[in-house]
Amino acid sequence: MVSDITRRGLEFIAELDRIGGITRNWISIREEDTDPRYGSIPWDRPLDRYIRKGLIVLDKPPGPTSHEVVAWIKKLFNIEKAGHGGTLESSPR
Amino acid sequence: MLPVALASATKLIGLVMHSRKEYVALMELHKDVPVDKVVEVMKKFIGRIYQRPPLRSSVKRSLRTRDVYDIQILEIEGRHVLFKIQCQSGTYIRKLCHDIGLILGVEAHMRELRRTATGHFREDFNLVTLHEVAEALYLWRHCKDESLLRKVVLPAEFIVANLPKIVLKDTAVDAIAHGAQLAVPGIVRLHEGISRGDLVALFTLKGELVALGQASMSTKEIVNSQKGIAVKITRVFIEPGLYPRAWKKAKEAGEVVAKQ
Repeated sequence: MVSDITRRGLEFIAELDRIGGITRNWISIREEDTDPRYGSIPWDRPLDRYIRKGLIVLDKPPGPTSHEVVAWIKKLFNIEKAGHGGTLESSPR
Repeated sequence: MLPVALASATKLIGLVMHSRKEYVALMELHKDVPVDKVVEVMKKFIGRIYQRPPLRSSVKRSLRTRDVYDIQILEIEGRHVLFKIQCQSGTYIRKLCHDIGLILGVEAHMRELRRTATGHFREDFNLVTLHEVAEALYLWRHCKDESLLRKVVLPAEFIVANLPKIVLKDTAVDAIAHGAQLAVPGIVRLHEGISRGDLVALFTLKGELVALGQASMSTKEIVNSQKGIAVKITRVFIEPGLYPRAWKKAKEAGEVVAKQ
């Protein structure tokens, strides 16, 4: 019987599998619990760490370039680094 | 649809950049062509194709191959062909349309393009506008309300959602954060079907991404072993010190292997 936080952690990983399109089964080698004193379920990270390990799936407006959007986000969040997942080739006008 | 990784998550964004893409494109043929001929020719472009990047590109302009995983024609109306395509990262759809026109003998060009998926990130995902981002930040900074920000920003773990996963004991986490490889005794559970050489994502029991690595043993081998290095770590993601050192315990279990 696993603790509540372990159960929630494994549920989070199961959600990742669903989003990632993974249908593989899990093989359990040993039963272990996680210590609630250290770390956190990703959704529950303290906000500064939550942001620093964050991802935004952006509905990018057609005007600015991806580079400009990333620069804007860095400024908004006051962080020194951010990266985007690939530029879209522009359609001919 | 543009995935943007913040701060420490930036080191993972390369995975998304080079993942397969899905587009919906509108191609215009320059002359009339019978529908069945269009379908026949476009089917030929499924598989490995040759492409040279266009003049206006950021990559070296040498002839290279790209994989087209699927093309589905959605609608043909006169000279306009609307199609969906799933292809390797770095495939130029404009060039593809041009080449389809060449094979058809009538010339063609791409009129419109929309990316509908990047890896496992689909268009119908929880897309967020820049406006909503600004709003969420305002709500937090001026009203101390984090709730919208935690909806607008997702945990970076979503970037590796499509990778096979291995879940670790708490005691293995800090060792890996300090450069140790993952040994069999540190594993709690894992996905079936992992082969040697596979890129795998290592997680804590709380669902936190610890590191990425390359499997040196398959799932079967891991299940049937008591020891040995299961995964060679290629990129650490979790911060050292978040989980406590467990050197004494680990030494007993043979979990920790010295830095190479």
